[in-house]
Amino acid sequence: MRLNVNGTAREVDAPGDMPLLWVIRDVLGLTGTKFGCGMAQCGACTVHLDGQAVRSCVLPVSAVAGRMVTTIEGLSPDGSHPVQKAWVEADVVQCGYCQPGQIMSAAALIAHNPSPSDDDIDLALAGNICRCGTYQRVREAVRKAAAQRRAER
Amino acid sequence: MSTIGLWLATDGWRWTIAAPVALALISCSHAPAPASPGPERADPVASFEVVRAVLQSPRCVNCHPAGDAPLQGDDGHVHLQFVRRGPEGRGATGLACATCHARANPPESYGAHMPPGVSTEWRLPPPEHKMVFAGLNSRMLCEQLKDPKRNGGKTMPALVHHVAGDPLVLWGWSPGFGRKPVPIPHDQFVRAFETWAAAGAPCGPPPTARNP
Repeated sequence: MRLNVNGTAREVDAPGDMPLLWVIRDVLGLTGTKFGCGMAQCGACTVHLDGQAVRSCVLPVSAVAGRMVTTIEGLSPDGSHPVQKAWVEADVVQCGYCQPGQIMSAAALIAHNPSPSDDDIDLALAGNICRCGTYQRVREAVRKAAAQRRAER
Repeated sequence: MSTIGLWLATDGWRWTIAAPVALALISCSHAPAPASPGPERADPVASFEVVRAVLQSPRCVNCHPAGDAPLQGDDGHVHLQFVRRGPEGRGATGLACATCHARANPPESYGAHMPPGVSTEWRLPPPEHKMVFAGLNSRMLCEQLKDPKRNGGKTMPALVHHVAGDPLVLWGWSPGFGRKPVPIPHDQFVRAFETWAAAGAPCGPPPTARNP
């Protein structure tokens, strides 16, 4: 099966019903994307599919053939995406487990809405659960990232 | 519902009709044969009750809720993750329905409680015409359904086409592992809808205290 992951064509030998998350982590070795609940309840496995946030734990890999998959490793080559920079500035991370999913959801949000309100941020990231309760810093970082993205344009 | 279950439901419906007819023929051999095989063909208002039973089943109501939050499960609880209708009925920006709902149901091997999917993408009616099915009495549901100002500009033929073949409607009969399908067979639903439509889409009388 031929996939496009982080801008690179990858040939994958996996059954079509294997969840994309398993392919990303166990077949391709991209372990930045996390397994949390396995049923699209927590958001830890969030990646982008054609630029939209999706939960890779419930998506059969056969469904993404011919489409563009972006994982946390592919968001930027050097951690310079506005969301990644804002995450560092706001010191968002506590344990860090949910953060790849949070960042991917935040990046998808500001790509489609460059000026999100606090309500927009809360709605977009409501499906990303943080057991450390870093939600205030997540919101602050998304605001910073959106401002930086606007300044770059 | 299994195939056998559907067969039994259909069979049970036929027996409900057939038994009184048989008794009538026995008791009055000169009585004319019934003109139609079921209530949805004989009476368009009764046919609409078949339509109503489908539209107000959990598989339909959950995405035709009274508010701007979709519902989940056979108990119709409010969707988790603070999911909202969004500006186009496809969820909030950044948390679209398609974030979790793919273009097909997940494989059954994934187990229960997985987000279902459909080829035309998961969605609610847009905010301009919410098409609320939840909590409406028969007359309110009937009036709304046939009103192009409230149904997204659909004519009656377009409505028939929608219920007969829209993948999102058909999903209600193939809802994936662990979910109950719509309790009335799809072909019976479509026949009832067509009967109601062909008769000019009449609505029943306003509800009363005795007949709410």
